[in-house]
Amino acid sequence: MSKVHVATQINGEVHEFLCEPEETLLQTLRDTLGMTGTKEGCGTGDCGACSVMLDGALVCSCLVLGVETSGKEIETIEGVAGEDGLHVLQQKFLEHAALQCGVCTPGFIIAAKALLEKNPDPTETEIRYWLAGNLCRCTGYDKIIRAVQDAAVTLRA
Amino acid sequence: MAEAVDYKYIGTRPVRPDGVDKVTGRAQYGADPILPGMIHGRILRSPHAHAMIKSVNLSRALELPGVHAALSGADFPGGIGDEAIGGESGGTMSDLAKNVMARDKVVYHGQAVAAVAAQTPQLALQALKLIEVEYEVLPVVLDVRAAMQESAPLLDPTCITKGVKPEPEKPSNVVSVTTFNRGDVDEGFEQADLVLEREYIVPMAHQGYIEPHGCVAQANEGGAATVWCSTQGHFEFRAATSKLLGMNMADLKFIATEIGGGFGGKTVVYLEPVALLLSQKSGKPVKMQMSREEVFRATGPTSGTYGTAKIGVKKDGTITAAKIWMAFEAGGFAGAPTGPAAMAVFSPYTIENFKVETLDVLVNKPKVAAYRAPGAPQSMHAFESILDEAADELGIDPIDIRLTNAASEGTTAPYGPKFPTIGFVECLEAAKNHPSYKAPVPEGAGRGLAAGFWFNVGMQSSAEVHVAENGTVTVVEGSPDIGGSRASMCLMAAETLGVEYESIRAVVGDTQSTGFSNVTGGSRTTFATGMAVVQACEDIITQCKSRAAATWGVDDDQVEWEDGHCVPKPGVNAEVKPLSLADMAAAAAKTGGPISGRASLNAQGAGASFSVNFTDVAVDPDTGHVEVLNFTAIQDAGKAIHPAYVEGQMQGGAAQGIGWALNEEYIFNDDGVMQNAGFLDYRIPVASDLPMIDCEIVEVPNPSHPYGVRGVGETPIIAPLAAIGNAVAHATGVRINELPLSPPRIVAALDAAHKA
Repeated sequence: MSKVHVATQINGEVHEFLCEPEETLLQTLRDTLGMTGTKEGCGTGDCGACSVMLDGALVCSCLVLGVETSGKEIETIEGVAGEDGLHVLQQKFLEHAALQCGVCTPGFIIAAKALLEKNPDPTETEIRYWLAGNLCRCTGYDKIIRAVQDAAVTLRA
Repeated sequence: MAEAVDYKYIGTRPVRPDGVDKVTGRAQYGADPILPGMIHGRILRSPHAHAMIKSVNLSRALELPGVHAALSGADFPGGIGDEAIGGESGGTMSDLAKNVMARDKVVYHGQAVAAVAAQTPQLALQALKLIEVEYEVLPVVLDVRAAMQESAPLLDPTCITKGVKPEPEKPSNVVSVTTFNRGDVDEGFEQADLVLEREYIVPMAHQGYIEPHGCVAQANEGGAATVWCSTQGHFEFRAATSKLLGMNMADLKFIATEIGGGFGGKTVVYLEPVALLLSQKSGKPVKMQMSREEVFRATGPTSGTYGTAKIGVKKDGTITAAKIWMAFEAGGFAGAPTGPAAMAVFSPYTIENFKVETLDVLVNKPKVAAYRAPGAPQSMHAFESILDEAADELGIDPIDIRLTNAASEGTTAPYGPKFPTIGFVECLEAAKNHPSYKAPVPEGAGRGLAAGFWFNVGMQSSAEVHVAENGTVTVVEGSPDIGGSRASMCLMAAETLGVEYESIRAVVGDTQSTGFSNVTGGSRTTFATGMAVVQACEDIITQCKSRAAATWGVDDDQVEWEDGHCVPKPGVNAEVKPLSLADMAAAAAKTGGPISGRASLNAQGAGASFSVNFTDVAVDPDTGHVEVLNFTAIQDAGKAIHPAYVEGQMQGGAAQGIGWALNEEYIFNDDGVMQNAGFLDYRIPVASDLPMIDCEIVEVPNPSHPYGVRGVGETPIIAPLAAIGNAVAHATGVRINELPLSPPRIVAALDAAHKA
């Protein structure tokens, strides 16, 4: 089967590329576009390491086809830090030592950002359930939860 | 180093130097490098758990357009020998070679049989389907007890058990028996007021790092190659690859990318020799990355175990005798962690009479690899459970029974040496005084407590420290940073040199840029590599003092290093201004050239790290669900260089231990096919499963390290298994000695107890 032409917005910029019909968005981002900030942990939607925003919805990019993103808007970890530097969540992850190996971190930051945009004042339980789709094997989640709580306080101020 | 010391930088919690790249997605992990012309490799894996390979035909795969190379075991020139593998994992080079790519036989489902490299990953998968392999299927043995029966199918018909006398005449699946003895156990049991004997079962479990194994290899036509890989030890990966491919080690450059978790599982090669051979055959750079399913089926989990424990205790809580017998699943090749399991199990206690026997047993499951304190979680689960049951029977508090028997300085460890200063009693006291331990157990819940112990190791490390022309500092070391060690290196360098943390950056050098260093494992990095960094900084101080002395026209020994400056010793009559490291760097051209220090060492005196964990759990009797209400981890770190990353080790280890206790297990069908090879069905703890993990770092400095470091990474996974089990027993009144304490197992046990 021949490749499909796709035009999509990624982190505010228009990208055009050719895509195998069976290629996942994760493969498109990493292999076709070289955006390796989005990580593969499982490829089956169980670990959240490949989390991205697709038209404002939090998705596992391994469960979306690249061709499906035509005409849509994607936000990846590469777009989280802005002209003012790191996003508050990124800063708080660093301050709280909320990462050890760091491979799950891009997914956690995308997912936590989606949570705080929807619910600026989540309880610990709400944070834990929202992030239950993101696996971390290093931290036991303690410092991640605290970083998100602290970021929520700063973002509300 | 027995006294508490006030440090300026050590013990603070600065942001790690590699942090920004990790929160922005810039950091490169094993599967991230992209090279011009790069192609993608994939592995064909055995559909059988035990079979002879009659033939492998690659020709149809090679005919597919876009396929650039294919190989099978016959293409590997090296690695056939009995040489032992270094590092944390057991086994021989010959076994490693067959585990990387099978030769004439497969011994577990998912073992690598052939590989291809093609233009795209999708095309490589298509090509795998064109490889023809003819198998002669053999009977499978999965259960460790069944594997020891005389009638069991033999995985290795040449395997004669080591460690038993007289040497057996017939081959068996038992590779070796490890035994440690002291005193007379029978006499010890006679002296006891209470004797208990129980069976304990712990399932095979995976390290579960989030990053699957990944690498990129690029060979050139002159025989040299560069390999980017996710590894706990790029020097050991280089050595193994060089041996398996018969390549000149000097031609191999191994670059440790960032590593997305390892926990012991990334101390052995799987993909790197395959990717490099595919690169040699194709002339192109080759990327390989495992799927999660491949990670579960074909990389090292740790052993499942079946064992028995027996304990004799007096009314006052004194242990009179203890006995452990435990069979470990090695997987398809020898190398279960039976040695450390046996050495660790009684280490927290002074026991006059004990016997421990551990067996390394072949079964048709993946070859085990190191997993955080290899072997100790299984053996200590048994003993920490039976000790708790004895305490219950005698009406003694679980902390008190441990204090009664606790090892301390001067105690002869079960494995031979006398303990120097250790902190087990301090951990127990800290638990006793902890507000969460003093608080009442929540209504309807149960509390459980257990201890942990790990030796920690030293081994070889190298470090170079370079002072730039403005006095800023680069630390180059060879230990992959798996959880914040660059920050620890910078803190130790800052403390030693007396310069700001912010003026120091640490980098992990490749195999051609820094001296040999063993794996990041054995809880050794902050201890041993830290020691090398400190010594390299001391080398710089010595040079600076000498340069200052020459500048001032005094003798070397008339100069002191004080708070980052060369100063004249008190009484030395020199009208001079102190010289900072920046001053020295600025004047370097006139005093002998750039300032660099180096140290390479085989670190001696690793300090054992003890832990005490306790937890309250609630058990739903209808569903069997266990809710962990709170969890407290207490551990002796010696000295916490960066306390946040020490807590991180304690919290992460606790979560892994809780997962192993409650949910995690390899499930096989009768043919030896793993039934839950994905994160959906092999369920590691998620955020909503856990409470905050409270940490208390105990600091009983290790006298052998300049700042008292013991190493902390491995101990944390041990105690949670029995702590959770003991808590469930107290919540339900029923002892369940088989893990995991999954809902169906709990419901069945409660039903059985109810009927009885």
